[in-house]
Amino acid sequence: MPDSGHESAFSTAIRDPYVPTPGGVISAFGGVPAKRFDVYRNNVTVSLVKALAEIFPAVSRIVGEQRFADLARLFVRENPPKSPLLFRYGREFPAFIESFAPARSMPYLADVARLERAWLDAFHAADAAPLSPQSLAAIPPDNLPIARFVAHPAAALTRSPFAAVTIFHTNREERTGQRIDAGIAENGLVTRPGHDVVVRSVPAGTAAFLNALLTDDTLAEAASKATAEDAEFDLSAAIGLMLESGVFAAIESG
Amino acid sequence: MNSHVTVAETTSARFSKYPVDGLAGASFKPEHFDAINGDSAFAGFLEVHAENYMGDGGAPHRLLTAMRERCPVSLHGVCMSIGGQGDIDADHLARFAELARRYEPALVSEHLAWSTHDGVFLNDLLPLPYTAATLERVCAHIDQVQQAIKRPILLENPSTYLLFEESTYSETDFLDEIVERTGCGLLLDVNNVFVSATNHGTSAMDYLSEFPLEHVGEIHLAGHAEQDDGEGHKLLIDSHDGPVADAVWKLFEIVISQCGPIPTLVEWDNDVPDWPVLRAEAAAARAILDRHAQSYMLGRRHA
Repeated sequence: MPDSGHESAFSTAIRDPYVPTPGGVISAFGGVPAKRFDVYRNNVTVSLVKALAEIFPAVSRIVGEQRFADLARLFVRENPPKSPLLFRYGREFPAFIESFAPARSMPYLADVARLERAWLDAFHAADAAPLSPQSLAAIPPDNLPIARFVAHPAAALTRSPFAAVTIFHTNREERTGQRIDAGIAENGLVTRPGHDVVVRSVPAGTAAFLNALLTDDTLAEAASKATAEDAEFDLSAAIGLMLESGVFAAIESG
Repeated sequence: MNSHVTVAETTSARFSKYPVDGLAGASFKPEHFDAINGDSAFAGFLEVHAENYMGDGGAPHRLLTAMRERCPVSLHGVCMSIGGQGDIDADHLARFAELARRYEPALVSEHLAWSTHDGVFLNDLLPLPYTAATLERVCAHIDQVQQAIKRPILLENPSTYLLFEESTYSETDFLDEIVERTGCGLLLDVNNVFVSATNHGTSAMDYLSEFPLEHVGEIHLAGHAEQDDGEGHKLLIDSHDGPVADAVWKLFEIVISQCGPIPTLVEWDNDVPDWPVLRAEAAAARAILDRHAQSYMLGRRHA
């Protein structure tokens, strides 16, 4: 039997407030069912805007609830979710913020959004024990330079020319009265060593080091990239942080 | 009663098989976790939206595991799009089946509604016309879900704001046919009955008298909001953001007096109050279940 087409008509009209109410839908009382259809329109848009506000609470606090809702509504129209798992929604939101002219006065906003997206990914990531100091100590010294590491499922690194980590924490924890120099570059390391997601700022050399290891470089390759970026790079401190924060879950064999 | 919605036997159960008969429960919200843990007198069940537990790991699974260890859990799917024209999303169904396997829920339910069209997820329980074509498709989808989870589901009646010109079945006849063809049970949402009846100018009592009550394995109660339809008629919104309305309590009591103590859940999803408020709503439902449990048993004995 042919499809009635109610779904495509609904889908189009729900996502575009300028499209009229689909044909074939009626009110039992007669009259125009426009306001009845608007309930569905409203449910969809409001719930998706709310989902984004829950994924990006720091961005919402920075721009204000109303402006965030306006921004999110535009985003939802252009990027409707493709999955029913809304905790995966909004991956394109940071780039959308960057391309949104009125947000250019806050150039750090997209990087804060990237950290918030990474936070939620870390929150839902698979459970895994972080790499133990014993596992690292068990590697024969000659093999250490060629060691590669398996990323912990929750680990992520974001690099920003702005103070994205400080801005993230200040707004997530709803702190007030603190002056932030947004122009200080910060690298955000996101991990989940125990039950809770941890977001911390790491120095440029450490970020280069971890980034190299996360992209499957050997320990020696990562250390040389880190030193190239930051002459002050402290390898033993970086390894200490790598173990403490739980960036990796295992050492790659072979 | 309702023997068709018993939990499938599992040989390697990880959790105790807590019975849910005669219990009242509440939506589980992670922010209530500590309060529920500290509330040793709570003897109800908890219901979760399946989609919130479809991540790989972390806090959601840790919390749900802890809750499942102490009480029965109901797995309530919101996004399967059973009423949709497109195929059931195989990945989504696999995730749903995995949750049903992992948590051994006392009840498993989904909605007579659609939410995904052409790969776009619309995040609402959208209505469908009730025709021979949609009936066939809904039944095929339910068969597929039931095969994947190896047990029957309970299908929930929707709250609706408008009607389709092309519908040829009443909602209750449509549900009756679905039960007949698929062997699924029903989740009777009494608030949805009241909301839809008000929105379409019909009688909630008439709807209930035509509803296949003998197949109901769970009842939902929730709060609703009131608007108007711009044409001079009241329009109720299934908002889940407040206490259960008096009219809905009355309908609930009528159903229970007829059917006996069916497991009943109070939903509260927006403006979620502290745990004691939600718990008090569940306790009010439980009091009604208990009040009629005795007379129901006597009635059965004398029948």
